[in-house]
Amino acid sequence: MKWLWFIIFGVVSGVLGGMGMGGGTLLIPLLTLVLNVEQLQAQGTNLIAFIPMSIIALIIHSKNHLIDKNNILYLIVPAIISAICAAFIANNLEGDTLRVAFGIFLVTLGIIQIILTLINKNQNNSGESN
Amino acid sequence: MNNNTKLNLNNSSTSNNKDNKILMILCGLFTGFVNGFFGGGGGMIAVPFMIYILKEPVKKAHATAIAIIAPITLFSAITYVTRISFEWGQVALATIGIVIGGVIGAKLLNKCSNIILTLMFAGLMIYAGVRMILK
Repeated sequence: MKWLWFIIFGVVSGVLGGMGMGGGTLLIPLLTLVLNVEQLQAQGTNLIAFIPMSIIALIIHSKNHLIDKNNILYLIVPAIISAICAAFIANNLEGDTLRVAFGIFLVTLGIIQIILTLINKNQNNSGESN
Repeated sequence: MNNNTKLNLNNSSTSNNKDNKILMILCGLFTGFVNGFFGGGGGMIAVPFMIYILKEPVKKAHATAIAIIAPITLFSAITYVTRISFEWGQVALATIGIVIGGVIGAKLLNKCSNIILTLMFAGLMIYAGVRMILK
């Protein structure tokens, strides 16, 4: 029944990913911690699975007028360049090193996110109106 | 494109505009690095940047983050595929799941408040992070 967990974990992560809330940061630890997938495999799986999902999510968000295309290339172009370099670096590292680094990354993100969310709770509420 | 859909650059002076663009390039570099290195998580950098620095509305920041991460992911995925061998069965299963979930998530974003979800998710990340460090 292990195969079913891949789909279930995919769905859970996909919900967050489709909301732009970091589906990958959930799928990767689920794959490594629960299903014992090797770290680089888990990262690559997340990257590949994200592509078709993001295309569908973008179509839906575009219909809801939620995508801001203004100046977006200033973010995208440098991001692509550094992403390719970073992928090369990651692919040359030990799986264990990468897993610990990912763990530290997750804890840091979680703490930052809690602080930001609590501080800006009211601001967020007003910002969410369309 | 109407005015509300633009990033908040139009009310600032030219020099502020330039500063914002430099910040955007730096944020892009960092987002790309994180997403390529960790195979995900770039949105966790891009979303707060758009909300707190570019003053983008929360939902637009989340949706726009996907538009930024999608091309990055494509290029990092190609890099991964050419350099490591995959269990394609597992990849296919996870992809089916993520696509189904992604549709649900994208439709939910326009309907519900995310604060409780965000806090629960942050708690889960910390828990998972500690487990990964200790494993």
